[in-house]
Amino acid sequence: MTRIDRTFQRLSKEGKKAFVAYIMAGDPSPEISAELLCGLPAAGVDIIELGLPFTDPMADGLTIQRAGQRALAAGMTLKKTLDMARHFRKIDQETPIVFMGYYNPIYSHGVEKFLKDAKDAGIDGLIIVDLPPEEDEELCIPAQVAGLNFIRLATPTTDNLRLITVLTNTSGFVYYVSITGITGSEEAQSDDVEPEVARIKAGTDLPVVVGFGINTPDAAKKIASIADGAVVGSAIIKELSRGKSVAEVLEFVASLAEGVHDA
Amino acid sequence: MPNELFNSFMTGPDERGRFGNFGGRFVSETLMPLILELEKQYEIAKTDLNFWDEMNELWTNYVGRPSPLYLAKRLTNELGGAKVYMKRDELNHTGAHKINNVLGQIILARRMGKNRIIAETGAGQHGVATATVCAKFGLKCIVYMGAHDVERQAPNVFRMRLLGAEVVPVTSGRGTLKDAMNDALRDWVTNVRDTFYCIGTVAGPHPYPAMVRDFQSIIGKEVKEQMQLNEGRSPDTLIAAIGGGSNAMGLFYPFLDDDDVNIVGVEAGGKGVNQKMEHCASLTGGRAGVLHGNRTYLLQDDDGQILEGFSISAGLDYPGIGPEHAWLHDIGRAKYVSITDEQALEAFQLCCELEGIIPALEPSHALAYVMKIAPKLDKNHIICMNMCGRGDKDIFTVAKHLNFDMSEVC
Repeated sequence: MTRIDRTFQRLSKEGKKAFVAYIMAGDPSPEISAELLCGLPAAGVDIIELGLPFTDPMADGLTIQRAGQRALAAGMTLKKTLDMARHFRKIDQETPIVFMGYYNPIYSHGVEKFLKDAKDAGIDGLIIVDLPPEEDEELCIPAQVAGLNFIRLATPTTDNLRLITVLTNTSGFVYYVSITGITGSEEAQSDDVEPEVARIKAGTDLPVVVGFGINTPDAAKKIASIADGAVVGSAIIKELSRGKSVAEVLEFVASLAEGVHDA
Repeated sequence: MPNELFNSFMTGPDERGRFGNFGGRFVSETLMPLILELEKQYEIAKTDLNFWDEMNELWTNYVGRPSPLYLAKRLTNELGGAKVYMKRDELNHTGAHKINNVLGQIILARRMGKNRIIAETGAGQHGVATATVCAKFGLKCIVYMGAHDVERQAPNVFRMRLLGAEVVPVTSGRGTLKDAMNDALRDWVTNVRDTFYCIGTVAGPHPYPAMVRDFQSIIGKEVKEQMQLNEGRSPDTLIAAIGGGSNAMGLFYPFLDDDDVNIVGVEAGGKGVNQKMEHCASLTGGRAGVLHGNRTYLLQDDDGQILEGFSISAGLDYPGIGPEHAWLHDIGRAKYVSITDEQALEAFQLCCELEGIIPALEPSHALAYVMKIAPKLDKNHIICMNMCGRGDKDIFTVAKHLNFDMSEVC
């Protein structure tokens, strides 16, 4: 049982939904980002998605694109992101960290070496946007062999037949992308999402978490009430990019967590 | 030779879209069902005579194919060695080879019931070709173009707008072709239901590299026939410029199994491949990585971050290369070299003066390599280079580099 599995088990006992927060490693600087990361559990975050900066984030909207650019400009690398996670793991042994990003920095690092380094750093799962089931041999299967969860994205374009493929080799949870589009887009509509979550749950026992287009505590609450959890990313990064202090951003994160946990 | 049939270089890609270890389908889940459907529809179209009848009719009467195969006599004499032929794809409607592929994809889009077409463009030639065919069929056309390219290719931006396309300047990254491709992919992921992504080169997720190659292969097929008529044999050496590599793949592909034909791709050397990344020579100066849906050679740093290339030619300014080229490079079937901005500019001028042809800066790179090797070759050696685009769009860039003040002419 992985840290992610244990987290969902705990939440289920408490009758709560999971609040998943995304931040970009190294944005706006490695130091501030590390401080924010360490503050997330106390703000009510159940699972952390730590974004790996990449020059060409094809599935991301402007907010996350710019966060990645700020991180890279501040000298962030894959190695430093691993160090950041390792540091976090020293002070928190419970909260799962999922690396979210694109394949090339991992491929460049070397898959085998990356999996070993990620495991050593206390990483629990991976969401790699540009690795669909068709490319499972690249990273998905080796990751699961190494004991890391490989979390797959299901989308509105994933039809029932394809859903079987998508759910195979998935572990930890399923990430339902609530809209066709990029991160930080228009608000996701819970009326549209509800039947989709039911459709996915019919095919798997894994928890289904919904992300993309969730910007406010209210929206997070609505979405969480019809799924096993909600992900917020761009809205948190926006607060940070407006020059707010880590404490202020964490306050916003806490309000999102409250929304989700009330659901 | 035993197993000759099994050693064919023309059977790729495999069912996973791979050429050896290159290619593949590295896209987000949202796009995956779309490219699977595209692959299915393309496989049907490929063997449908009606599809090819429509293509051939338009290639003949709209594009002006076959394009001539021209013996460049004065250039041949000047260089004093090999006989130099030019495949005149710059005479196509819209002035480049790009329209060969656009026609195929747009006819396919129409068969699939998609009425909103998006495209990325670097030099603007693919954008113009897409805007043109969309105008002809009454389709909505949105072209993503790096802001930096919008600036250096202003005439093409105006042409696209005249043709009714919306040109979206892309400011992310350094504002070149790679960034335009990112934004086109973001558009596609957002507008999945009605939108067809018309990719301009032999890159992207499977089936694009194979599909674009197949549409561009008309170039090589014609060369084969025309050279047979002119010389009674195949050329000895094929030379073409490479950014993503579609004109080159189109010329090379029909000759891949003709092992007496040398194949040379010319990458953009910018200010020189030895200096730090001021070039776009992915094969000469990059290493394998994954970007824009495929594994191929990329310009990247130690952390796997993609680097911006550099070239005088907007059409070659891309940090990657089509996966089939990456494979042909690794197995040694084709040779890849690089030519600097300066050498390309020299070739550009020589071609204007000796042949009365103003070439685009992209084929000027191929021509510069011809100039390099032709003098050392025997007079019976036949070179065929692909004159894949005309230089009208580049005159402002060239004027700037030659310190020629346009405003003083009038």
